[in-house]
Amino acid sequence: MSRVEIRVAISSDQDIVVARQKGRSLALELGFSSGDATLIATAISELARNIVSYAGSGQIALKDIQGSTRVGITVAASDNGPGIPNVSQALRDGFSTSGSLGLGLPGVRRLMDEFEIVSKPGQGTNVVVKKWRP
Amino acid sequence: MEVPILKQGAVLIATFQAALSDADLNHLRSALVQQVVRFRSRGVIVDVTAMDVMDSFASRTLREIAHMIRLRGAETVIVGIQPEVAFAMVQLGLTLEGVATALDLEEGLAYLNQKFKTMK
Repeated sequence: MSRVEIRVAISSDQDIVVARQKGRSLALELGFSSGDATLIATAISELARNIVSYAGSGQIALKDIQGSTRVGITVAASDNGPGIPNVSQALRDGFSTSGSLGLGLPGVRRLMDEFEIVSKPGQGTNVVVKKWRP
Repeated sequence: MEVPILKQGAVLIATFQAALSDADLNHLRSALVQQVVRFRSRGVIVDVTAMDVMDSFASRTLREIAHMIRLRGAETVIVGIQPEVAFAMVQLGLTLEGVATALDLEEGLAYLNQKFKTMK
């Protein structure tokens, strides 16, 4: 179950800042420590940057997860861009096609607890990551 | 949001005020390099105490700043990386390799002064 849903349209570098700030506030509201909120904000920053660099525009949706035993946060990054032809390659450290550091996706996976990606060439990319409050 | 750059003797000090966009970081990079040339500065301190997130772009820009300024013959030191920001950077695999870092402004100035002595 979730009570809050925040959607941030992403199309410029300024939107990246807005998305990560909203993510940090939601994480703090949900009771995450300031350290965990920084990890979540950093992951949002990387996901939003991928949208701007590879797809041009898309959306970041932030939601709380109210489970029976635990509380968490979900970050869903979606775009209708060119998609990733080889997802397993994109998840390897050091791989990049846009001249960036190539740390984006593997790094995001390390920052969060759960990581799912669906991407098909020509049909965009959806990345959903979750972090649970300890 | 522009980053103010202060001149203190041979050292330039750039203090990050809050969340910076990519465009702000790019602007800072060119402004710093221009001012190092203009003032014949020998050292640069970039104070990131107020920075909320250091992602791959910010980290790459800081590295570029340090390397460009080194080519000019001056030294850069990054000060004030917050503990949680450092933790997130390590998780992300960002090490700022080859860039000097120090605890705070005071330690950064001490580091540069030491460097200037050995450069003479």
